[in-house]
Amino acid sequence: MTQLPDRNGRFGVFGGRFVPETLMNALIELEQEYNRFSEDPEFKEEIAYLLKQYSGRETPLYYAERLSQQLGKAKIYLKREDLNHTGAHKINNAIAQGVLAKRMGKGKVIAETGAGQHGVATATVAALLGLECKVFMGEEDTKRQQLNVFRMKMLGAEVIPVTSGSRTLKDAGNEALRYWVSNVEDTFYVLGSVVGPHPYPMMVRNFQRIIGDETRKQILETEGRLPNVILAPIGGGSNAIGMFYPFLEDKEVGLIGVEAAGKGVDTDFHAATMSKGTHGVFQGSMSYLLQDEYGQVQEAHSISAGLDYPGVGPEHSYLKDIERVQYVPITDQEALDALQLLCRTEGIIPALESAHAVAQAVKMASTWSEDDIVVINLSGRGDKDVESIMAYTGGITE
Amino acid sequence: MNRIDETFASLKQQHKTALIPYLTVGDPDVKSTLDIIHELELAGADIIELGVPYSDPLADGPVIQRASERALKSKVTIRTCMETARLARDLGSKLPFILFTYYNPVLQTGLDTFFEEVLKNDISGLIIPDLPVEESEEIRSRAHAAGVHLIPLVAPTSHERIASIASEATGFVYCVSSLGVTGERSDFYSGIESFLETVKQYSHVPIAIGFGISSGEQVARFSKICDGVVVGSAIVRQIESNIPILEKEETRQQGLLQIREFVAQLKG
Repeated sequence: MTQLPDRNGRFGVFGGRFVPETLMNALIELEQEYNRFSEDPEFKEEIAYLLKQYSGRETPLYYAERLSQQLGKAKIYLKREDLNHTGAHKINNAIAQGVLAKRMGKGKVIAETGAGQHGVATATVAALLGLECKVFMGEEDTKRQQLNVFRMKMLGAEVIPVTSGSRTLKDAGNEALRYWVSNVEDTFYVLGSVVGPHPYPMMVRNFQRIIGDETRKQILETEGRLPNVILAPIGGGSNAIGMFYPFLEDKEVGLIGVEAAGKGVDTDFHAATMSKGTHGVFQGSMSYLLQDEYGQVQEAHSISAGLDYPGVGPEHSYLKDIERVQYVPITDQEALDALQLLCRTEGIIPALESAHAVAQAVKMASTWSEDDIVVINLSGRGDKDVESIMAYTGGITE
Repeated sequence: MNRIDETFASLKQQHKTALIPYLTVGDPDVKSTLDIIHELELAGADIIELGVPYSDPLADGPVIQRASERALKSKVTIRTCMETARLARDLGSKLPFILFTYYNPVLQTGLDTFFEEVLKNDISGLIIPDLPVEESEEIRSRAHAAGVHLIPLVAPTSHERIASIASEATGFVYCVSSLGVTGERSDFYSGIESFLETVKQYSHVPIAIGFGISSGEQVARFSKICDGVVVGSAIVRQIESNIPILEKEETRQQGLLQIREFVAQLKG
């Protein structure tokens, strides 16, 4: 299970490299360079140094006592990825890909972004490493996340609003790929999730697995055993795979990915790729996909711009089919309620994405006993979402 | 014999280059596509690429993206596109048809049904821009069994991949003129001539060039070194600008004629 992908970039039937021929050599080169550098002690040291001294790792595994009491019996821990520099787990991957870009001699980087977290992380790393940075962002998302757009500009990045298709994350991804096809010789594409063509799903997972590696070490230190359940939100799936991967072989640990049900999985407005999707090829790989019977990709909907994506990582698709990870949907309203709950019990404003995982804990709490230990991956902080929550609730906080 | 092979063989005897126009099926509707195919044939087209509209066409620039959006609004599916080839044939078209489609619509049709439809609708070739050779083994063998060509693409960045892609090609090799997506352009890849020479050296079948070729002058330039020239976005743009005229009964013929004249001057 942990040996995948195979040499063709496949996780079972999922993954692969479905891209225009123009990009094939760039992807092969990226894979070779990644493989070479991932065994280079200097490369590993540089990343480890930046994660510690620049981003502030390791992030705490915090026992949320008041939340635990409020919900019932189990002990609930929060993996505080929200305390990273730039406010989310996205920086783990952006630092590593930025360092890789620089070592490969590419002076220009591009990225796609939905909520803006990956865009901000990439813009930050580009500023730190002296790289030129362009970020593609759906026009709709630039409106929902104006603060992040401004942050990226302050950091020196150029933000390119994407006006094709549904003007959200999937279209930003398409446009980033189109730009890369045109500028592949001098540009490094910093892809933000465990999606896209091989080697990205593998590489991004390996750059994010630090979340799960730390969690494992921390829970063993505090509790002397592994947790019963781990919850993580999932759009493309990078924080979730980063958290889950080091636990895949521990069969006693239940792993639950929480996806966005928007207004409900039985409406036309959701991003529940695992609950409602079918196998398809999208943005370079085979995975579960929201699509119609003719293979046209459908638009996703979620209050959380980071989960608003009709695809999902190929490795998650595989983990669903072999039933190692369970994937469940949470609606906009359930996520908002959980966000409010965490604010009031713990004084933590989580990102809307992360609030989906908290909501699943609320749902499951009555089934847990006092011996149970639960970990929620709090993938990001909610400062970026305050405006859109105000708009959604009309400014009412009760 | 496959119609594409027949066409290239006959053009070779006449020392001519194939003009291969692309259009998106159902832009703005299927009836217009059939009429435009007829005009393209009158204008001297040798092979026609029928584009399947797709929600996420990542190898295409803005012109073909817009055509895709228009066609999807008219509920055009991959099946509609294949049936359009048959309708054009029944209306008397003699040209070989190539289906240009992204992979996902093919996958969702199911390979068995897809190839049944390809044969039933007399489609001679397939171009799947997001299916590199590494991922195409099964579809290639099925195409081979059906006597249909899966036309491979090679790009200026293909380098050492050119040898294996070109030497195993059937039908023709589609050479991508530039780094980038489809769309009219004035500059091509700087080493374009030597790139084309390299492809020729390895290929046992004709070579065609496409992506960005939009004027008679460019067609003439590449006709000297290639066996075929594909023109896509420039034609789709002609169709787009003529949509208001095509939609009115009294001016429709005039619109069709303008498209024919544009393509005829490409042919030179």
